Amino acid sequence: MSRSFKATKLARRELLTFLLGAPLASRIMACDRAAPNHAADLPGALLGQPMALGHRLKTGLPPDRDWTQLPTRHYDALVVGAGPAGLSAAATLYGNTVRKLAVLELDRQPGGTSQGGHSNITPYPWAAHYLTCPMAENRPLCALLEDMGVINYDSKDGSPQGRAPYVVAEPKERHYYQGFFYPGLYRYAGASAADIAELQRFENHIVDFARSRDKLGRRAFALPIGDSSDDKTWSELDQSSAKAWLAAQGYRSERLYWLLEYGCRDDFGLTLEHTSAWAMLHYHASRNRGQPGVDQPALTWPNGNQALVSHLSRPFGKHIHTGKLVIDVVDDKDGVRALVLDAQTDRLECYQAAYAIVATPHFITRRIVRALRDGTGPQPPLTHGAWLVANLHLHSRPHQRGAEQAWDTVLVESPSLGYVTATHQLGRSYGPTVWTYYLPMTDENPHMGRKKLQQPTLKDFQEAILSDLEMAHPDLRAHISRLDVYRWGHAMAQPRPGTIFHKDLAQARQPLGRVHFAHSDLSAVALFEEAFSHGRRAAQEVLARLGRTPS
Amino acid sequence: MRLPLYLTVLTIATAGIVYELLAGAIATTVLGNSLRQYSLTIGVYLFAMGLGAYLSKYLKARLCERFVDLQFATGLIGGSQGVVLFLAYGRSELFAVALYATLTLIGTLVGLEIPLLMRVLKEELDFSELVAKVLAFDYLGSLLGSAVFSVVLVEMLAMPLERIGLMFGVLNCLTGLLGTWVLAPSIHPTRRLQLRLRGAFGLAALLCVGLYSTQLRVMGEQGLYGERVILAQHSAHQRIVLTSDGTHLQMFLDGNLQWSSSDEYRYHEALVHPALALHPQAKRALVLGGGDGLAVRELRRYAHLQFIQLVDLDPAVTRIARQVPAVAALNGQAFQDPRVHVVHDDAMVFLREFEGEPFDVIFADFPDPNNYALGKLYTTHFYELVRQAMAERAVLAVQSTSPLYARESYWCIEHSMRAAGLFTAPYHVPVPSFGEWGYVLAQAQTFAPPTQLAVENLRYLNDGALPSLFTFAADIGPVDTAVNRLHHQTLVRYYNRAEFP
Repeated sequence: MSRSFKATKLARRELLTFLLGAPLASRIMACDRAAPNHAADLPGALLGQPMALGHRLKTGLPPDRDWTQLPTRHYDALVVGAGPAGLSAAATLYGNTVRKLAVLELDRQPGGTSQGGHSNITPYPWAAHYLTCPMAENRPLCALLEDMGVINYDSKDGSPQGRAPYVVAEPKERHYYQGFFYPGLYRYAGASAADIAELQRFENHIVDFARSRDKLGRRAFALPIGDSSDDKTWSELDQSSAKAWLAAQGYRSERLYWLLEYGCRDDFGLTLEHTSAWAMLHYHASRNRGQPGVDQPALTWPNGNQALVSHLSRPFGKHIHTGKLVIDVVDDKDGVRALVLDAQTDRLECYQAAYAIVATPHFITRRIVRALRDGTGPQPPLTHGAWLVANLHLHSRPHQRGAEQAWDTVLVESPSLGYVTATHQLGRSYGPTVWTYYLPMTDENPHMGRKKLQQPTLKDFQEAILSDLEMAHPDLRAHISRLDVYRWGHAMAQPRPGTIFHKDLAQARQPLGRVHFAHSDLSAVALFEEAFSHGRRAAQEVLARLGRTPS
Repeated sequence: MRLPLYLTVLTIATAGIVYELLAGAIATTVLGNSLRQYSLTIGVYLFAMGLGAYLSKYLKARLCERFVDLQFATGLIGGSQGVVLFLAYGRSELFAVALYATLTLIGTLVGLEIPLLMRVLKEELDFSELVAKVLAFDYLGSLLGSAVFSVVLVEMLAMPLERIGLMFGVLNCLTGLLGTWVLAPSIHPTRRLQLRLRGAFGLAALLCVGLYSTQLRVMGEQGLYGERVILAQHSAHQRIVLTSDGTHLQMFLDGNLQWSSSDEYRYHEALVHPALALHPQAKRALVLGGGDGLAVRELRRYAHLQFIQLVDLDPAVTRIARQVPAVAALNGQAFQDPRVHVVHDDAMVFLREFEGEPFDVIFADFPDPNNYALGKLYTTHFYELVRQAMAERAVLAVQSTSPLYARESYWCIEHSMRAAGLFTAPYHVPVPSFGEWGYVLAQAQTFAPPTQLAVENLRYLNDGALPSLFTFAADIGPVDTAVNRLHHQTLVRYYNRAEFP
């Protein structure tokens, strides 16, 4: 299983092809001048979710043993999973005086895919790293951000606006193409009049969608998705792929396709071919303000969305129990009981509560909730993509040609998404920094992507990542002091055609007895907005049953 | 004796093509248009080789000695060609003359060598064998030279071009010296010794040039700045160049003039003294940027200042300000004052992390906002951070580029300071090296511009001139602009379309 790609020329090509694809591997090999063994001494760690523990779910433990023997703790409400959804649910419960509360998390730290880390230079993200500034309609999220001091309402029309230094500082993006960095994301350099015309046509298309409202006055494409119209005019777009939709609309510009596919890989970990047309349009239309090119800005923090989950969990931090593997969630006459394996003591425990909110990814939920385990429950066609995220610690900045450093640096010819610079918002433009590198595995079959991440060693990953970035920064290795790699086996739900409006996905949002559900999976799009909205919804359902009116 | 001679052919050809490529590469960096430079270089060089081949018929006697001498000459001229070309750097007419003269000379010498060697060897081989072998080695050398030059020396080892030339010059001379042994039977013993002495002299000359090649290259750069370059270095952040015309000193950062000692006193007096005129009891001063120590020099006139904090990103600039005698003299050894404390950090990061006692006077003395990394130091967010470091009644003075050449930029800075909640008083002075130069004074409450300075005997400012600084003539007066924000840096765009003379 853990066969390493030895540092021979042949194995190196094999490794690069495996992780980055054949075209890029060939180009890297063609440019190879130095011996391929430089990553050998680079410090780093290979991180990931505690897999061994998680896999015990599959191997199974005896769930039918006598629970009455176990130490049992009693609560008003139980939240399973301390990702953004679980923490949003818990924050809502706690803020409405549900103080007998426990949040159970498998990982060593809360946050899910909004985790972050820090060096002595800067904090940095381990996954999700920005949030689109919400529009006034998304009142709960606006309230959260106002509370954090991230937005205010000082603009002329009173709409929420991001505050410095949380709104992404200019320059926001740049892209590297054939030897040079260019500003922005769209490849204007060398674009023909026809290319530009198509870009404008697409922008106008998006503006039309952004302005569209149904008979009830709902936006065709809103954030969270639950606020969007379910009118067939638009929801039928979920049946076709983004690529098919673009072709049917007569779009042909290769540059436009690249731009839109980049968006799909970035937000969904999917290619245009496998993304739902509705999802692709939602990405653009839900953040557009009804004018071409006038989009809601991105809000960000050096540690990415960890800032959001840290703020959410601050009031009830001591109620979060980490290292707890929930094995079984049963709704019976005494309330909801959860059978839990403590990772440290390796002992079984029982948590009992009046109600539970299961805020885990769907593939976990259907294994731990007993009422779903027999397979009679809703079966939404959800898949989860694997991602590789790396943090590169630089002691100085490499040489570069062209556009100046930006928040987000995109490599046009790479399957990776490029990197985000953690110190960009702080105003540190020189000297040490941390780059967060993202590589989504966009394979048609997501299991294939996961397999690819299992085989290579830390050195292999370091080598592949450096080789990829060296195309743009040939002297990168001389500036780097550490490279840590995080493998996300199930990083995010993928909105493939036919997922978002699937009837079983709607069904999966409904409570089963006293067990309620929250997770961004229930929208099939891994956005903080979705997790936050489902967390709050589930918490409000529970509050209503507890007889407390949500404030 | 044949193999060493074939190897000699190989060396001649290898070195020959390297000189040719070197000339092309240096010509491209100076004159641009690589297609034309390489085409002309190759054309002229091959023509010169033909000339040499033709001239070879006039050499009749003592062929072996002539051959060795030619090797020395090629080594000496070819080897020093790079340095010669860099010396002509910056004077493009002179450069073209130097380029084609050295190229013709080297080409002619190399062109002479091969026919000569063929004549030396013709006694021993039949003609077809001779032509085949010598020409084969000649062309093989060309391949070797071009591959080694581009792939190994330039790309892998990143050797400076003039050093590559010198290296092959030494190789040429060594081959010549080797020739005095290989061809010994055909050379008279006394002449052999003379030849070897000449070879040793050639080698010594090349090594001398090699030792001083960096200095020679800097001398060449002076042509570019038009004056004597007294210091040129690359720090982690920028290229710092100091030039002197004998009486005055100039400092350039990334090629942009920062000040000239002929009139920097106007600039720095105007930056510092109006602010202190508004706060005659200031105790704590903060200088953001200004690592040259010239603003600090002006601050040291105030005995009531107890603490002067200087924040400059680049340690190389403050090192120059302390250690280069001409600069240290200009700033009056400002850094030796115990009140002066230096921090090397980005000003924005310094302000965000600052937790000490607030300051009474603050000066923002940054380079003009020609990129985003600098533009952020003129944003509303930056001025909000400055405000947090301002004590009650504190005064801020900001260098704000030229209201004449970059009028939109100047007023954009003023508008951005007001958008950050500051009250402002814009002013300007004429600085001959720069032209009309602008600043903005600011406080957290309304205030009237100063009318009386708190110090006397300045070189430029006096109480009579002070009020006039705050009046703006028609062509530099206020214009409408957007506000410069961290997420929308309009200032950089204004500045980059400004027209400086």
